[in-house]
Amino acid sequence: MCLGIVGKVIKVTAADDTAIIDVHGTRREISIALLGQVKVGDYVLVHAGFAIEKIDLKEAEQMVKMWEEQLNDVTPGQVL
Amino acid sequence: MSPLDRFCDTELSRKLMGRVAALADAVAERLGRPAVFIEVCGTHTVAISRLGLRSLLAGRVELRSGPGCPVCVTDHQEIDMMVNLARLPGVTVGTFGDMLRVPGSRSSLERERAGGADVRIFYSPLDAVAFAEANPGREVVFLGIGFETTAPAVAASLARARAKGVKNFSIFSAHKLIPPAIRAVLSDPELKLDGLILPGHVSAITGRRAFDFIVEEYGLPSVISGFEPMDILIALHELLLQLLQGEARVVNKYTRVVREEGNLDARKRIAECFEEVDVPWRGLGVIPESGLSLRETFRDFDARFKLNIEPAPPTPLYPPGCACKEILRGKLLPPECRLFGDVCTPVRPVGPCMVSSEGACAAYYRFERFSPVGGGI
Repeated sequence: MCLGIVGKVIKVTAADDTAIIDVHGTRREISIALLGQVKVGDYVLVHAGFAIEKIDLKEAEQMVKMWEEQLNDVTPGQVL
Repeated sequence: MSPLDRFCDTELSRKLMGRVAALADAVAERLGRPAVFIEVCGTHTVAISRLGLRSLLAGRVELRSGPGCPVCVTDHQEIDMMVNLARLPGVTVGTFGDMLRVPGSRSSLERERAGGADVRIFYSPLDAVAFAEANPGREVVFLGIGFETTAPAVAASLARARAKGVKNFSIFSAHKLIPPAIRAVLSDPELKLDGLILPGHVSAITGRRAFDFIVEEYGLPSVISGFEPMDILIALHELLLQLLQGEARVVNKYTRVVREEGNLDARKRIAECFEEVDVPWRGLGVIPESGLSLRETFRDFDARFKLNIEPAPPTPLYPPGCACKEILRGKLLPPECRLFGDVCTPVRPVGPCMVSSEGACAAYYRFERFSPVGGGI
């Protein structure tokens, strides 16, 4: 029930607040009534058939990049 | 590769794991014992179990589970009322799948279905509205269960039913809220905690600020986390760092999803439909303003009034030997229950924590039953 799934929006039907998302090749209709504007190409987090939030890919990219830089910068004995 | 996939990167996770272990050692040295953290989300329970983090960090950090599985915390009394609903002639009970097998005091929805009751699983409450529309001769009661993540979906479905004039649809609300449950867990003086991993998807609705009280009232480091391996390690790293630096803040490390104020549209939907009421939680007792009851303006969609459902008698008794009550409060780990894995298994569950796939006992049974205590890296 609490399982959230992430899908990429491939079609938006604004008239009835629905969208089709692709989840690893599987397609499903979801409601976008709980979100503002959703565009094709957006990634959304879906709970119980409703998109509850858009996923900010830029934010994700920045965070991973920061960790990559930190973890690949090997300073002996570094703890933090 | 999508940046989302990189949160599962093995090499990066392994490196971060090394940092987390080193930090944990530094913190354990300072505290004179391993730090104790708790998560309050069924999906975190499963992710931590599946990753084997508990045995990897054994002796360094202790990871506990709290009341984060909505099925597990639904009280006997409420399940008995759901069972009574399913027994009414002409009624179809619609539910999220996890609820089906949870035992009440005498029966479960699954048992009622086997006996001929019309109990149906719907992935989305909107599907239940569509079913009601197609079957005007039946009263379709959807069970409103779950936390802040499912409540707005149920509220939006109710609005849809009202807009379309679907009169044979109603809700039996047993929704619950996470922040009051966290307060109840933290108020227990016997539970000594050093930090919390906060539920990422609940936070997507409530926003980060909804958890500021943890620092203000309890002074504990807290971190909102996602569910991939890197997310959980980043969360542990943050908690350990705060402990080492003597700080306590509510930090959002699931920034790709969670905002300061959460999803305002979803919060508005919840507020329009529901009001906060005191409700009993299995294992935790009655928690003030922790449940969502339909507002008076939605009486025509409230199964409790529409079908005149009497409250079932309270049943404080637990199956003999079942430790779900202590497990839901983070006091015991599943293997410390004497029924675990022997009398109580996912096929024949005794307590609710073994029923739902998000329950702590079910997660331990599936992923950690044979894991050695004390693994290390």
